[in-house]
Order: sequence, then structure tokens, then C-alpha cells
Amino acid sequence: MAMTLHVDIVSAEKQIFSGTAEMLVATAEEGELGILPRHSQMLARLKPGQVRVKLQFGEEQVFYVSGGLLEVQPHTVTVLADTAERAADLDEAKAIEAKRRAEEILAARSDEISLARAQAELAEAVAQLQAIEKLRKLRKA
Amino acid sequence: MAGAKEIRTKIKSIKNTQKITRAMEMVAASKMRKAQERMYAARPYAEKIRTVISHLAHAHTEYRPPALMDRPDVKRVGYIVISTDRGLCGGLNTNLFKATVQSMREWQAKGVESELCTVGTKAAGFFRRLGVKVAATVSHLGDTPRIEDLVGSVKVMFDRFREGEIDRIYLVHNVFLNTMTQKPSVELLVPVSARVEKVDAPHRWDYLYEPDATVLLDTLLVRYVESLVYQGLVENVACEMAARMIAMKSASDNAGSLIDELQLVYNKARQAAITQELSEIVAGAAAV
Repeated sequence: MAMTLHVDIVSAEKQIFSGTAEMLVATAEEGELGILPRHSQMLARLKPGQVRVKLQFGEEQVFYVSGGLLEVQPHTVTVLADTAERAADLDEAKAIEAKRRAEEILAARSDEISLARAQAELAEAVAQLQAIEKLRKLRKA
Repeated sequence: MAGAKEIRTKIKSIKNTQKITRAMEMVAASKMRKAQERMYAARPYAEKIRTVISHLAHAHTEYRPPALMDRPDVKRVGYIVISTDRGLCGGLNTNLFKATVQSMREWQAKGVESELCTVGTKAAGFFRRLGVKVAATVSHLGDTPRIEDLVGSVKVMFDRFREGEIDRIYLVHNVFLNTMTQKPSVELLVPVSARVEKVDAPHRWDYLYEPDATVLLDTLLVRYVESLVYQGLVENVACEMAARMIAMKSASDNAGSLIDELQLVYNKARQAAITQELSEIVAGAAAV
């Protein structure tokens, strides 16, 4: 039997492909990469483009990924595809947005309630839950 | 029959409440099925990236990203707390916050301060009242969260970790055991080395990098953290739906037993009124 690779293509939201192949061709940032079995360990960043999987017996499957990472081990290849649009400045903008929301919430706080009071509130809620639980058991009994 | 009428209205209003809780139960049940599917669909990515990270931990790389190395003295810890946006899901959020506060207290006893990144309105509200520092927050992600929505908040925490502002990041979310049980979990996200056990590699090896080790490993670790947080979020949605379903089911059951009790009281009151009327008539006839 010919030497084969185990290929997994996954995105955060689902599994795209999993199976045995003879060769994988992916579009890395610095050009196309062809991976054959017994390739040495490698990490590469993919840019939006095709990932072609040459299956056994001459079949070929083509997938499109919008970027991601590629990990190569001698007999396995893993493509971690991104689903989201990614760019450094886009991420930055999102980070700033998240911070701003946090500050807004903090600013909206009219008076600082002490830790003790909040914990008391929490304890109360827990006690209520326990009471409900007990009540339910009593009903059943 | 004044008492009887009041009871009747009460029964009616409880019946209305029961209708609502029953509807919510069914909605939650169907949403839970979808959320569970999403949870299982997200698993392969998390598994694969975990494998890659464990390979990485065993490789002798030319560049060690800070997220891989354990920091001996911890000065500040960060928590990413994943809660729900809406209530009426039993003790789900309360139990989660209890676990968070407990972990924070343990660190506090060692003189370590904490800061948070909250996901969901419930956590934002609770920790605002608690007066803990909240570095980032995101909410209203809906039932089908997307990874883009998380990127910003995760980046805030991860950047603070890289700058050395915080030394550990924990992820707090509910774990879906089955429909009846959800368990809050506080797990260490970074540094990664504390998560993966060390194995003596038979030989030294390193990756080939395209384009460059620093950029690649940093990206990989950010993706790793994001994927774990996303996985936690999707799982938490499934937990929310399951918890709501159970809470609404028991509310409907309780309403049912309340109605039965009231119905009994009502029947007694009606019977008493009839008996009284009869005895009045008899007494009146006897007097004539």
C-alpha cells in the first residue's frame, strides 16, 4: 500500500474533512505548499485560498479556507481553518470596543456596594435555591 | 360565595402562568437540541488545536512564547467568566458566580488581586455590584454565538497577560454533563505548561516555520485561547437551555399541584355555601 497521510481540516464551528490522503496542497502565506507523507514537522500560516486533498485512488477534493494554520507531523496534517474575517487592526478595534463597554458599566455604578454586601446577596440567593430544593423534596416525599 | 369567586380568579391566574412556563419549557427544549449539536460540532477544532499545542509543548522550539511558560510568582490573576444573557434558568448563574468568587477569595488570601472579563449580561451585572475590576465585557451574543464576537474581549485579556499585567487566566463556565446536571468549572487557560504534562521526547526536534516562529506561535496560542473560550461559550448556551427547561418544567409542575390544592379548597367552599343555604331554607320553612 502506498504511504498515506491522515488529514484533518477543522474550523472552530465544525469539522470539514477527516480522512486518509496521498498528498495535500495548501496556500501558505509564502506560496503553495505540497505535503507528502513523512514530511518533517512544520507550522505554516495559510492565507485565503484553496486546500486541495489528493485522496487515494486518484480522487481529489478541494476546500476553500479564509486563512488559518497548518500543522504537519510526519503522518498527520491538521488544518485549523479560520471562519472569521481576521486582520490585526480589526482585532484591535474589537478589543477597544470590549474595554469601552467595561468602562461604561463601571461608570454607570452610582454607589460602590461593598464586597460584603454583594456576597450577602449571593448567599441569600443560594439559600433561596436550597430552600426551593428542599421544598421540592418534601413535596415528593 | 365571595370566597369561592376569589379562589376561582386565583386558579385562573395560576393557569395562565402555567401556560407561559410550559411554552418556555418547550422552546428551551428545542433550543437545547440545537445548542447541543453546535457544542459537539465545535469539539473537533478544540481537540485538534489541543493536540497541536501538546506537540508544541514537547518540541524544542527556537522561540518560547510567554504563554507556554509557567510564571513562578503570581501577582494578579484574570478570569474570563461566561454567563447567560437572560435569567429564568434556575441556579445556573448563581452557582457559577459562587465558584468564581470562591476561587477569587482563595487567591485573595494569598494577596493576589483578580480582574475579569465578562461574557453575558448576568456576569456583567453581578461583578459590577461586587466591585471587582472588569477589564472587558461582551454580551448579547444570542443563541448562536460566533467566534468574531469573542475576539475583542479575549485579546484584551491575552494582551494583559503578555504584558505581564496578569500572570494567569482562568476560564469559568458551565460544563454540560447531561440535561439534568450542569457543573460550574474554573479551569486554567494560560500558561499552557500547567495544563500539559511533560513527556521526555525521544529526540530533539523543532518545527519548520512559514513565515516566522514568533508570529506563528503567537497566532497559534491566540487561536488556542479563543477556541477554548468559544467552546466554553457554546457549552454554556447548551447548559442555559437545559437549565431553563428543567426550571420551567418544575415551575409548571408546581403550578399544577397548586391548582389541585386550590381546586380542593374551592370545592369545599362551594359545598359549604350550598349546605348553609339549604339549612337556612329548612330553618325558614320550620319557622313558618
